[in-house]
Amino acid sequence: MRYVVGKSVYKGIAMGPCAVLKKDGHQVKRRRITCKESELERVRQAILRSKEQLQRLYDKALVEVGETSAAIFEVHQMMLEDQDYLDAIHNMIETEMINAEYAVAVTGDNFSEMFRAMDDDYMKARGTDIIDVSERLVRNLIGEEDSDLYFDEPTVVIADDLTPSETVQMDKEKIIAFVTVHGSANSHTAILARIMNIPALVGVDIELDSLKNGTMAIVDGIEGNLILEPDEATCAKAKDKILEQRENEMLLQSLKGKENVTLSGRKINVYANIGNVSDLGYAIENDAGGIGLFRSEFLYLGKTDFPSEDEQYQAYKQVLQTMAGKKVIVRTLDIGADKKVDYLGLAHEENPALGYRAIRICLMQPDIFKTQLRALFRAAIYGDMAVMYPMITSVKEVERIFAIVDEVKKELDEQGVCYAVPKQGVMIETPAAVMISDQLAQMVDFFSIGTNDLTQYTLAVDRQNEMLDEFYDPHHTAIFKMIQMVIDNAHNAGKWVGICGELGADLSLTEQFVRMGIDELSVAPSMILKLRKIIRQIQ
Amino acid sequence: MKKFNYIIKDEVGMHARPAGLLVSLARNYKSKILIEVKGKVADATRLMSLMCLGAKSGDEVVVTIEGEDEDAACEAVKTFFLDNL
Repeated sequence: MRYVVGKSVYKGIAMGPCAVLKKDGHQVKRRRITCKESELERVRQAILRSKEQLQRLYDKALVEVGETSAAIFEVHQMMLEDQDYLDAIHNMIETEMINAEYAVAVTGDNFSEMFRAMDDDYMKARGTDIIDVSERLVRNLIGEEDSDLYFDEPTVVIADDLTPSETVQMDKEKIIAFVTVHGSANSHTAILARIMNIPALVGVDIELDSLKNGTMAIVDGIEGNLILEPDEATCAKAKDKILEQRENEMLLQSLKGKENVTLSGRKINVYANIGNVSDLGYAIENDAGGIGLFRSEFLYLGKTDFPSEDEQYQAYKQVLQTMAGKKVIVRTLDIGADKKVDYLGLAHEENPALGYRAIRICLMQPDIFKTQLRALFRAAIYGDMAVMYPMITSVKEVERIFAIVDEVKKELDEQGVCYAVPKQGVMIETPAAVMISDQLAQMVDFFSIGTNDLTQYTLAVDRQNEMLDEFYDPHHTAIFKMIQMVIDNAHNAGKWVGICGELGADLSLTEQFVRMGIDELSVAPSMILKLRKIIRQIQ
Repeated sequence: MKKFNYIIKDEVGMHARPAGLLVSLARNYKSKILIEVKGKVADATRLMSLMCLGAKSGDEVVVTIEGEDEDAACEAVKTFFLDNL
């Protein structure tokens, strides 16, 4: 087994035997000629044939990969009409009395060098186009046919670099991945891989001569790895990933744009949990109905000081604008002795899970909390925002939160700053909050059940302690009784309830949750369509 | 002789496709159309010279047109730059 690192230009994973494309490298020989007229005529004929071939390639590419990518063959035709290029070939033939093949090959190399020397990645990559055109011309001078590249079985194509002609002449049905030694993110290989939705690696440092056709290869575009001759365990892992990927693609195709609705017509909101602005792409790609848990901690972690109001405002605004009117539920700062930031100056605690964290910090250090609330309220005008407060255990805490919210509103009013007050909810993640959920439901707009902490606190099992794994039973009856209690209390007050913990993504429980009356499930983006599938099958 | 300046707005700049289009356009006129970028000059009928100008987004292009149909050519080339670059 051998690992080689490369630059991934398209995500995904594929496994299959490889086909190594080695350049025959027309060893063009320099020959003296006696009649320059007939040699120039040969060039004219070869150009005509090349242009015809390029027109056919253009037509083929137009159908297969679309107009934008096909246009390169138009450009190739124009290169063959370029006066500088033709003059250079003619001059060499006339003044040096040498054969056309040699004149074309040398001219191609010279022009290609000119492009490769430019300080622009796009233009550098065009050097390959000149070589491609010149090689075609040489082939036509020699009288070699344009050959299509066919493969019998799904194949990983490994090459030094692929020219546009090669990529279009390939039988795309059978290609499952591209790997090239050279090539950039601007190369045709990269562009084609993105259009074909297959994994591709460029800049992979391997010796092609050492590689045999048919060698088993795994192309992992997620990790950026080429694995040659993988062992059984690696193969098995790759197969699982490929199956998962295929399953996801099929789900995505069939379920995208559809509603999360049961057969009896009950609609469940399926939202995404995200921890960073950069996760938004995954949420949208997987058709999230909204963001059910936006962990605001990322703004605080890995920094040397508190994030400013404006920095936070920009981040929240970006999320709301990207979600374009869909609901975005932001959880206020949920940090503590287990997720530490130095500038908070938190003391070491014997029992951080039961310690100074989350809303407790916000209530004890209201300045931190106010900055976040100001940023949130200012951003709230850009979409459908909701805010939820973590680690609530009492009615008094919610009253204190609302007092601070009122202060923030007053300040913003006085300063004449534009803002909106989002819907406000609380996380239900302590047994205490469950037991008083009837009272809390009167105060807030919604509940979101954080099952991870709720399980830890209910079962008195430290989540971080691996020794206790067998006692950490998220399917414990106590948890279901609590969830039912929360749902009933919320619904009695006309409020809605969601689950944003790991239990929400447990596909074996989805039907049960729907029957219990849950209104929303917020899960990792990759789980959204799987949940949708199950929900749509519930009677 | 006609002359105008233009600042390239296209992100990739004078890449293969617009260069190719410009060549096709320039061939329709008898006038000599020269494109100058950062001190380098290229004939608008020559694809590779045009591409080798390396004109990028933000670069200023000076176009000079001279010949019997320079008025019509100037209009056409101006429109071309506005539409494609």
